[in-house]
Amino acid sequence: MTADAATPLAVGAEPAGAAERRDARRHLVLLLPALLTLGAFFVYPLLGILVRSVDKNGYTLESYRQVFRTGVYLTVIGLTFRTATIVTLICLLVGYPLAYVLATVRPRLARWLTIIVVLPFLTSIIVRTYAWMVLLGRNGVVNQYLVAAGLTPAPLPLLYNQAGVVIGMTYVLLPFMVLTLASVMQGIDPAFLRAAHSLGASRLQAFRRVFLPLSIPGVAGGALLVFILSLGFYITPALMGGPSDVMIAMLIEREVEFTLNWSFASALGSILLVLTLAAFVVYYRLMRLERLFEGAG
Amino acid sequence: MFGSVVAVSDVSLTIAAASFFTLLGPSGSGKTTTLMMVAGFVHPTRGQIAIDGVDVTALPPQKRDLGMVFQSYAVFPHLTVFENVAFPLQVRKIPGGELRRRVGEALELVRLTGYERRLPRQLSGGEQQRVALARALVFQPRVLLMDEPLGALDKKLRAHMQGELKRIQRHLHVTVIYVTHDQEEALTMSDRVAVMRGGRTEQVGTPAELYEAPVSPFVADFVGESNFIEGVVVAASGPGRTLVRTDGGLELWGIASQPLRAGQRVVAAVRPEKLEPTNTPAAGPNCCKGVIEDVVYAGDATRYSVGLGAAGTLTVKVQNRAASRRLSSGESLEVAWDPEDTRIFARAGDDG
Repeated sequence: MTADAATPLAVGAEPAGAAERRDARRHLVLLLPALLTLGAFFVYPLLGILVRSVDKNGYTLESYRQVFRTGVYLTVIGLTFRTATIVTLICLLVGYPLAYVLATVRPRLARWLTIIVVLPFLTSIIVRTYAWMVLLGRNGVVNQYLVAAGLTPAPLPLLYNQAGVVIGMTYVLLPFMVLTLASVMQGIDPAFLRAAHSLGASRLQAFRRVFLPLSIPGVAGGALLVFILSLGFYITPALMGGPSDVMIAMLIEREVEFTLNWSFASALGSILLVLTLAAFVVYYRLMRLERLFEGAG
Repeated sequence: MFGSVVAVSDVSLTIAAASFFTLLGPSGSGKTTTLMMVAGFVHPTRGQIAIDGVDVTALPPQKRDLGMVFQSYAVFPHLTVFENVAFPLQVRKIPGGELRRRVGEALELVRLTGYERRLPRQLSGGEQQRVALARALVFQPRVLLMDEPLGALDKKLRAHMQGELKRIQRHLHVTVIYVTHDQEEALTMSDRVAVMRGGRTEQVGTPAELYEAPVSPFVADFVGESNFIEGVVVAASGPGRTLVRTDGGLELWGIASQPLRAGQRVVAAVRPEKLEPTNTPAAGPNCCKGVIEDVVYAGDATRYSVGLGAAGTLTVKVQNRAASRRLSSGESLEVAWDPEDTRIFARAGDDG
């Protein structure tokens, strides 16, 4: 009995600073594999791209000048941001109610719903995109039903245009939005909603004044994730878009594959990177993510 | 403000208006469920809940007009102190001037004036607690429901908040239904207490009734502390004075709250502070010889474990005064107590 009581004292007697330093060292060891992998396969190539964008038989900013001189590249960048914005908004509109259901149903049912939401990840994105092309084509399943139901006199143009790109990208990115939203919503203490009701708030008032504001960190996180992933999208717009639905990633691929202008491709890549970071910073400032995440904790 | 609340599951309670009523019980006794039924978050399968004589059983929580303070406080983290307290007034569409006045009054009541613009995360646990209280009172509810509101506070702060709660309750004449598993809290704060066990009420009464005249060994043990001595009834008796022969061969007198048969198995309960150690052979009816086995000094009092040989062990609690004699382990002594301080209960499953 006395020996038992003495043990915690012995642990407590160790200087706090030493324990902290040992903890820090242990954390570093745990981070090392991730840091090495990121360094070798992300940071190093990224630096390579930045260097190559200014290296054309001697250092020059020629490639960047070319991007800003030719209007078509700026147009593509603008289109890329526009598409990313539309996809993000639609993901949010579709994903929020779905995440709400996911976060509020019984845990057992929630597990099954989560599996259904994640299921598409198990199939290649190319296969899924081709599946959508079969569904959305002029004589595809969707148009057949629409025409048969008399909702439209002629098949709708759902493929090889912006509609096709947005549908395909929304489908691929929706799980990211839903999972981010649901994880934040599941962290909202149900006592807050009960408190709101006990204070006289109707269901709508409790949702609007308590649940919605508390879920904003999820909205911010999910929207940021979907927006940034959208900016670099390649396969879906390449397969489901029309000739005018070119996104910046497709432009980069063209430069690498066909014109072999690696310096120019690198410059486009660098611009995409900088713009993405800029979007992140603006967004961060706008939403004051730091404050919001703190508030949810 | 007249209010009488009737909560029914296997439970039937009538709570007087403007009184402080406590549901006391161990976890799983149904006290929180009963409170949640009054609040409207749990729907009773049978029975009725009425406030001021009006049946509210079918009403959702937001229509019941009851203030509630949750165990976790549930202060909205994204709203300031002012906005939290204003919340119930805003959903009731109270105009701005009156809203500000009433929020100000509520904050003054809980002594948080000047904290209006702070966010909950900038407040201590006790301060958040008071925000939750102001928010639950600001719309002048008929009844204030509190679910273990002081559970997360440290002992000093808890004692302070107990006093504050009583002061506010008396000031506003509001009916309070309070849930706790802390018997001391229940005794010091309540006008009446319902002791709950296994989803039913074991005893309902004033704190003094529960402590001095418990109706079951469970209440005698859960409210305060008791020595239990098993035995059989010597002669049949009505409620009142009863002679018991204990399994250890002692004879003792106590008060039974129900009629008992001769030979019926019973348990006698006596509180540690009602036992008196003496060194002269006592003349009274209830006394026995023992040896001190253990001494625990607890500041205000000293607790002695007194071995009675075959008759078991008694815990004796003696206030520490300059005049009180200190006893030490191994010392022999006599222990005496008043039959009026001894309660006799029929053994469970053997009540006549």
